[in-house]
Amino acid sequence: MITADPKGVLTGSHYLDGDHAVAEGALAAGCRFFAGYPITPSTEVAERISARFPLVGGLFVQMEDELASMAAILGGAWGGAKSMSVTSGPGFSLMMENLGLGVMMEVPTVLVNVQRGGPSTGLPTLPAQADMMQARWGSHGDYEIIALSPSSPQECFDYTITCFNLSEKYRVPVLLMMDECVGHMTEKIVIPKAEEIEIEPRKWFKGSTEDYLPYKPDDDMVPWMVKVGDGFRFHTTGLTHDERGYPVMSAECQKDNVGRLVDKIRSRVDEIVILEEEEMEGADVVVVSYGISSRVAIPAVERARADGMKVGSLRLVTVWPFPENRIRELAGQVKAFVVPEINLGQICLEVERCAAGRAETILVPHAGGWVHDDEDIYQAIRGGAK
Amino acid sequence: MTADKKASTPDPKHPMEHLLRMDRMPHIWCPTCGLGTIVTAFASAIEKLEMSLDDVVVVSGIGCTGRVAGYVKTDSFHTTHGRAIPFATGLHLVNPKLKTIVISGDGDLFSIGGNHFIHAARRNVDITVICVNNFIYAMTGGQVAPTTPLKANASTMPYGNFERPFSIPYLADSCGAVYVARWSSLHVRRLTTAIAEAIAKPGFSVVEVISPCSTLYSRRNRLGTGLDLMKFYHDNCEIQHGADTRDLDIGFQEKIIVGKFVDRDRPTYVDSMNEWYGEVFGDKYESYEGSVK
Amino acid sequence: MNEIRISGFGGQGVIRCGYIIGRIAALYDDKHATLTQSFGPEARGSACSAQILVDAEPIRYPYLTQPDTVVAMSQEAYDKFGSDLVEGGLLLIDEDLVKPTPSDRERRMYAIPSTRIAEELGNRIAGNIVMLGFFTAIAGIVSVDAARKALPSSVPERFIDLNLAAFEKGYEYGVELLAKEPAAPARPKKAARKAPVKKAAKKSDK
Repeated sequence: MITADPKGVLTGSHYLDGDHAVAEGALAAGCRFFAGYPITPSTEVAERISARFPLVGGLFVQMEDELASMAAILGGAWGGAKSMSVTSGPGFSLMMENLGLGVMMEVPTVLVNVQRGGPSTGLPTLPAQADMMQARWGSHGDYEIIALSPSSPQECFDYTITCFNLSEKYRVPVLLMMDECVGHMTEKIVIPKAEEIEIEPRKWFKGSTEDYLPYKPDDDMVPWMVKVGDGFRFHTTGLTHDERGYPVMSAECQKDNVGRLVDKIRSRVDEIVILEEEEMEGADVVVVSYGISSRVAIPAVERARADGMKVGSLRLVTVWPFPENRIRELAGQVKAFVVPEINLGQICLEVERCAAGRAETILVPHAGGWVHDDEDIYQAIRGGAK
Repeated sequence: MTADKKASTPDPKHPMEHLLRMDRMPHIWCPTCGLGTIVTAFASAIEKLEMSLDDVVVVSGIGCTGRVAGYVKTDSFHTTHGRAIPFATGLHLVNPKLKTIVISGDGDLFSIGGNHFIHAARRNVDITVICVNNFIYAMTGGQVAPTTPLKANASTMPYGNFERPFSIPYLADSCGAVYVARWSSLHVRRLTTAIAEAIAKPGFSVVEVISPCSTLYSRRNRLGTGLDLMKFYHDNCEIQHGADTRDLDIGFQEKIIVGKFVDRDRPTYVDSMNEWYGEVFGDKYESYEGSVK
Repeated sequence: MNEIRISGFGGQGVIRCGYIIGRIAALYDDKHATLTQSFGPEARGSACSAQILVDAEPIRYPYLTQPDTVVAMSQEAYDKFGSDLVEGGLLLIDEDLVKPTPSDRERRMYAIPSTRIAEELGNRIAGNIVMLGFFTAIAGIVSVDAARKALPSSVPERFIDLNLAAFEKGYEYGVELLAKEPAAPARPKKAARKAPVKKAAKKSDK
């Protein structure tokens, strides 16, 4: 790890909404190339970046659409920059095509989705958490991805940096799955000094040009990276490819190539995921939540505890990869999982899969447009504790 | 051939070997396809410009021409269908000193990628687009393209095409490209010169290359062999430098006007940005020369 | 916890006023303050509002449930938002722009000609900051010291003097008004905060 370039770091206390905090997080992480397309409720990120970049040596470009934006940030990353784009539902759908290219070419980049109600145009100005499965499965083919979900402007800042760091370490596009509520909620955020911000540097290849194979994995299964113009004259493609980056149309190469893309994440889930756990010891019910829902669940959990129920809380800061092992472990110890989410059942399916019938999984659904009433979460906890 | 004779023959070397990924030969293109000639013209143009290959980056989309990126020995990217231009835009904007060149087909650049083309031209992003136009989607088996001439047959226009095609030079000109030329794969020397001029020109430059597809376009339309198509170009291409781009439509088996049509100066995207921000921010602004040091 | 709604019509700077209240509380009064606002077509039209929650403890549920303090700077905002004030809650109005209903005259209501005062200072756009000063004096949710510290960095540089003057005018007006009262107003009391009964989601057609 290295420390942040002070040029982009707005050290101090600020009163910012989640979208603006994401922009500051990106600047602090060293992002210097942004390509995006305006879409509510994510636009404020682009606006702040467009205002801040000219004086820190960054380049902001508003592209013609989200297809172009996603393609451009992949190009920007191969050019050597830390790159990012921001969008919401409809734009996220358009970006799925080149998100897959990013996975296939193993491009470190960050994509933020400020989720709003869907499907289609849905509720542009109101929150939802209904793109969570799309985040995992939205592009075609098999792959693994990393996605984090913040619950406050401060976390938007902090976890944007984490997203950049993870993307560099695992060479995969990393998603920050926000929602309109967090994006448009203004609170105090504290930006530390640059020297207190840890930055994962790019995994630059240090050998000679003759020795370079773009997709030869290192011990951690992640290949070394170079940038254009450095004389490596490398080739990369969205086709299934070998270590040279050359297309090979065979089942064997597919197994090696895609297998590694999946394994480099899947085999290191415990190292990647960030969980916040509370009062798991002897819990009868565990509330599994993420993003704004984890915050809204707190009063319900506290009330249930005050009423004598044994309630643990498992907050998924990292939603993807899913912490399967931890849920499996807990399933043998608790009666029920309660999953509040602003959708009609997405992450609860993962919980249910991992619980495998050993504990009940209770969804607290919300169709979107607002956050949960904590009474609904409380009643679900009561139901699970019986 | 005797053993002695064989030993005395030097290893056959392709004159362009240092510019090509010889470890990927033979290529996948059909015999008589124009792409081999066009890649050679591109490589010759790079030689002519006396540029280091390290400073050139090639980006392709999907399709027969999309495979060019895999054969040229520069940093090269084979991206998704239609997205070569925005991908290249990202590469270029991060490192404007590199010569970023998009080589792709007519379907890739003007159908699925059409919106990206017009906006890159409008912004005058300093990249060069070489569009290989074979009038058809060849990789997928001969479907109608946005460039298929009226009446020409395609697998998804089995009774002949009734959709009006784009004129690539007219579109490029209207959207603000600073350099626009059209040649065919027969015009090797002129094509090489045009590619070199386009690369050297700051701003969004476009070279359309009419190219034979004997496997699909020609066979579906009973136009004969690849050689017959080259003869057709020879007899029917008319050089008109500076022609009005409104007059460059290509009809089925009709005259093809070729030449250099547009060569003008406009500030590039990065130049415009630097000039404007310099005015707005004064000394506080450091002229942007790339975000990677 | 205080639940505050600042409302008026678009262009009066009510969102800005709400933002500054949150900023004062969060950065200069060492409290937790969460601001939310409505977006989209409904935020651009007639009645718009900013909602601020202020508490010594971290705020979980981020939205307003029932306000204890409502500021109304337009008739439409008053009509729309005045009625959901908690029993005993505080209502602040621009007296030239809002005609309260007779029953509201009986409530804890304080009125100030904030827009007129701003006009007298030379620019009506500072009406929101006159109201901010008034709010600071009457509501007691943010401290006047914190507000004075926060203000210069909360407004555009070229309007600092105007806004500082506007704040002081509003603040003085409030202090004088309170001085005329027999006793200081008691803070409103509320039952435990609870998320509202499900309301229909706000309309948006973008």
